Amino acid sequence: MHSERASLGLRIAAIGGLLFLHLPILLIFVYAFTTEQRGYTFPPPGLTTQWFAVAWNREDIWPPFWLSLKVASIATVIAIILGTLVAAAMARTRFFGREQISLLIILPIALPGIITGMSLRSAFAIMDVPFSLWTIILGHATFCIVIVYNNAVARFRRLSGGILEASADLGANSFQTFRYVLLPNLGSALLAGGMLAFALSFDEVIVTTFTAGSGVDAKTLPIWMLDELIRPRQLPVTNVVAIVVFAATFVPILLAYYLTRGGSETAGGGK
Amino acid sequence: MTAAVTFDNVTRHFGSVRAVDGVDLKIAEGSFFAMLGPSGSGKTTCLRLISGFEQPTGGAIRIFGEDVSAIPPNRRNVNTVFQDYALFPHLNVRDNVAYGLMVKGMAKAARYAKAEEMLNLVKLDAYGDRKPGQLSGGQRQRVALARALVNEPRVLLLDEPLGALDLKLREAMQDELKALQQRLGITFVFVTHDQHEALSMADSLAIFNEGRIAQIGTPEDVYARPANRFVADFVGSSNVLPPEVTRALGGPAAWSSLRPEALQVAPAGGTALAGPVTGLRYLGAGTRITIAGPGADISVIVPAGTALPQMGETIGLTFAPGALHVMEHA
Repeated sequence: MHSERASLGLRIAAIGGLLFLHLPILLIFVYAFTTEQRGYTFPPPGLTTQWFAVAWNREDIWPPFWLSLKVASIATVIAIILGTLVAAAMARTRFFGREQISLLIILPIALPGIITGMSLRSAFAIMDVPFSLWTIILGHATFCIVIVYNNAVARFRRLSGGILEASADLGANSFQTFRYVLLPNLGSALLAGGMLAFALSFDEVIVTTFTAGSGVDAKTLPIWMLDELIRPRQLPVTNVVAIVVFAATFVPILLAYYLTRGGSETAGGGK
Repeated sequence: MTAAVTFDNVTRHFGSVRAVDGVDLKIAEGSFFAMLGPSGSGKTTCLRLISGFEQPTGGAIRIFGEDVSAIPPNRRNVNTVFQDYALFPHLNVRDNVAYGLMVKGMAKAARYAKAEEMLNLVKLDAYGDRKPGQLSGGQRQRVALARALVNEPRVLLLDEPLGALDLKLREAMQDELKALQQRLGITFVFVTHDQHEALSMADSLAIFNEGRIAQIGTPEDVYARPANRFVADFVGSSNVLPPEVTRALGGPAAWSSLRPEALQVAPAGGTALAGPVTGLRYLGAGTRITIAGPGADISVIVPAGTALPQMGETIGLTFAPGALHVMEHA
C-alpha cells in the first residue's frame, strides 16, 4: 500500500521552506516595536509602541501615501474598463490574429518590470511627455490591465453565451442586457481583478522608478521606504509603514481569493 | 389567412457552407409545426433565422406578413425556449420569468403577478424563490417555457427543448407541451432530431436534409407516403426498394418504400420477397428480422411472442397490396 502521508524528511523540508519564506515578514512586524533607532539587532533591546505615533506625525510620510493611493486607484479604474472590454472581445469573437493579441495583452506581466520601465521611459522621452502622476499611472495600468483581463476572460468563458441571447430574445436592448445579465454575472470577477490590480500597483517599485520624475511629489510610498532604508533615521517608522503597505495589499488579495473561489453558482448557465 | 411564418427562398451561408439552401416554408397560424432532421441539416439555423439571431444570406422571412429582415431579435414578437434553457443563473425563478416584463418597464407588482400566473401554468408556483441551480432538468425546462410565454409571443420557438431530459420525463413533457399549445392557441415551431417526438406532437412537419426541405406534410403524409429515399429512411426506417425490385413486385420502375410493420413472415416459396435471415434484433415490444432479399436488405418487425426463424434460414415476406408506396423522387 502507498502511504497517504509524506515522509518525515519531506515534511521537515516543506516546513523549513515555508519558515524561510515567511519568518522575515514576521521580523518586519517585530522591528516596528523595537526601541532601537538606527539598526536592527536581534533580539530587540526593548519593545515600544511609540513609533506608530511618530509615524502618524511625520509629515513626509503623508504625501507619498496619498500619491500611492491615487496612482493605485486610477490605474485600477483604467484597468477595469479596458481589461473588461478586451476580455469581452476575446471571449465572444473569433478574428484573425486573436491568439497573438491575447499574448500581447498578457506580455506586460511576463516581461521583467525593468524592461517595461525602460521602454516606457524612453517612449515618454521621445514623445516629450513630462514625468508626472499620469506617467506613473500609465506604467502601472500596463500590468493592472492584465490582472483584470485574466479574471474577466475566465468568467466570460464560464458564462454560457446563451443567456445573452436569451436576454435579447425576451426583449432587452444591449444596455439592459449589460446592466441586468452581464454585469451581475461578471461583478465578482471584476471586483477581484480590481483588488489584485490595486494591491500590485500600491507596492510597485521598479516601473515606478522609471516612470516617475525626480521631484518630491513623484515619490510613492514604496520609493519613500527605499529612501528611508538608505538614510536611516527613526528606522522603525519604516517598519510601521511596511505594516500599512502589507495591510493595503494583503487584505485585497485575500478578498479577491474568496470572491473568485468556487463561483460555480454565479456562472455556468442553465445546465 | 396570413401564415404565422413564411420563408421565401431563404438561404443562409456560413463561408462556403450552405447551412440553409433555398427553403420555402409556410407555417399556419395556431399550428404545432416541427422541424425534423439530423444534426447539421439546417433546422436550428432556420429557427435562429425566425428569432433574428441569424440573418438570411438571400430570400425573405415574414412573420405575420411583415418582412422582419430589419428587425433585431429584441423587437420581434417571438420568444425562444433554448436548448440548454439559458436561464439567468443569478436570478431566482420568479425574476427569470418576469425578466421579459421587467425590461419592458412593467411595475414590480404587476410583473410578479403575471410571473406567478405563468409559474402556475407550468405547475411551478411553489418554486419562485429558488435559483435555477437548485432545480432539476425538467423543472428548468418548465421555467424556460414560462419565461418565454410571459411575453405572450405570437410564435413560440422551441430548440430541442426535451433533448436533455430522460425518456419518461420526455414523454410526459411531450403530452404537456401539446396540451399547452392547444390551450393557448399560439403557433409553436419545434426543432427536433427525434422522429417519434415530431410525429406524435406536430400538426405538420418539415424534414430537413443538407439545408433543404426534403418533404413537408402532416405526420401521416410523411410517414405513409415519403417523397424520397431520405425521408423513407429517416422517418421510421422504412425499407427502400430500387426500381427493379419495385417492378418485380408489380409496381412501376421507380424507387418505392415498404414499412417494416406492413410486412408479414410467410413460408418460403410462392412469395415475391424471400431470402435468408441475416439479422435478428430484439426491440422489446417486437423483433426486427432482416433478410437479404433480391436487390435490397429488407426488414420486418414481428410482435413479441412470434416464433422466430433461425439465422440463415430462408423465409418469405408478404404484404397487403396498398402497402407498397412508390416515391415521386429518387
